[in-house]
Amino acid sequence: MISLNDFYQGFRDPQTIRHLAQLIAQQAAKTTQQINIMEVCGGHTHTIMKYGILQLLPSNIHFIHGPGCPVCVMPKERIDHAAVLASQTDTILVTLGDMIRVPGSKGSLAQFRSEGCDIRPIYDPLDTLAIARDNPDKTVIFFAIGFETSTPMTAALLAQAEAQNIDNILFHINHVLVPPAIDVVMSDSRSKVNAFIGPAHVSVISGSKIYQSTVDKYKTPVVVSGFEPVDVMESILRIVRQKVAGKAELDNQYSRSVSYEGNIAAQQLVDKYFMVRDSFRWRGLGPIANSALTLRPEYQHRDAERIYAHILPTVEIDDHKACMCGDILRGLANPKDCKVFGRGCSPQSPLGSCMVSSEGACNAYYRYGEVNNAN
Amino acid sequence: MCLSVPSKVVEIHDDATVTVDTLGVKRRVSCHLITDPLQIGDFVLIHIGFVMNKIDHKDAQESLELYQQIVAQMELETEQ
Ligand code: SF4
Ligand code: SF4
Repeated sequence: MISLNDFYQGFRDPQTIRHLAQLIAQQAAKTTQQINIMEVCGGHTHTIMKYGILQLLPSNIHFIHGPGCPVCVMPKERIDHAAVLASQTDTILVTLGDMIRVPGSKGSLAQFRSEGCDIRPIYDPLDTLAIARDNPDKTVIFFAIGFETSTPMTAALLAQAEAQNIDNILFHINHVLVPPAIDVVMSDSRSKVNAFIGPAHVSVISGSKIYQSTVDKYKTPVVVSGFEPVDVMESILRIVRQKVAGKAELDNQYSRSVSYEGNIAAQQLVDKYFMVRDSFRWRGLGPIANSALTLRPEYQHRDAERIYAHILPTVEIDDHKACMCGDILRGLANPKDCKVFGRGCSPQSPLGSCMVSSEGACNAYYRYGEVNNAN
Repeated sequence: MCLSVPSKVVEIHDDATVTVDTLGVKRRVSCHLITDPLQIGDFVLIHIGFVMNKIDHKDAQESLELYQQIVAQMELETEQ
């Protein structure tokens, strides 16, 4: 019987990592081409940096960081929306994770909170139900962020709010989709990406099928990969094998939980409450058509963006001039190319959200740079 | 913000939640997104308070065995 420890130790075993590195080197020696793998998701960036994977790889394999962190891709004006909503006297703003530390144009939500706004970071969207029940005279606004992985959780919260007739919960929806962002990266003529590893947990929900069009359109291999270091090494090996064989296929390294179709129940739940939004402006990438979700008309009574439209700013706000997050999110620059990296910009006082988010590329390079100095 | 980590189901409750063990840390998570019933001892992936999916024991076991074979094979090669 497999144990929980096997999961953690087996998929992090240094000996296995070393031997997979040897296999990768053997394979990579069979081709002269440069293999430029985009890891779409920040979770992979962190595994790669934390376990020093870069220095285990032969010189013709490169990693390029993709736009896959919901915190990194949030433009400032959306954070300003959250700040305005939180500044109303009768509202409580709840949000997940690192979002609270990302700078908006007038400060981060953490700053607004220290000035007295009721802003509550939570770990579980359903905690919003209790907050709303305990504060019947307030409107609780869930600032929803995340890719395909997190959207079903927002849908589940909405379903519960409806079922339990909890009317004082509203939503500010910032759910974005992975494939349109990949399209933007690939349609840039400067892009050097010729392979992808896709985040396993996005595909746990959406199925590996969401990458089929990337494989077909751009003739690049896509391997859906787990997050443990052994998973990532195996995925790299699978990519290199494809490259050597001249193939471009969709492959699934994380078959222990990802299927081609994904979690249908979760997809249906999302579909019941959400529809594709015409356009969404991504930080660094600009507006992308059909790249995000919004509530269906039947649930507009829950849509904070509509209900508070009269007080929400509409100006688009770009990043600090020195910040290269845009090029980093497009895979055109490396965090170390940024002049203020580690000087004007650090996790303690971030200038851009790629440094804030624990999954941001700049943050990973800052935290684990030492491990990878040999490279 | 993703924390999709393998956890083990250790207790089942009747309000569509289960208690899971993530390397010694126990917490109660929601089952609203899965249709298959869970059993004690199942491995699941958790993301922001929800069970997203089950992990297939057999598949995980096979991967681990494959890695052991790779290690054994490579050790053999380097000894020669
Ligand atoms: S939210 Fe999940 S999928 Fe998106 S970047 Fe973070 S870890 Fe990756
Ligand atoms: S180091 Fe800071 S300023 Fe430079 S790109 Fe990264 S987040 Fe932006």
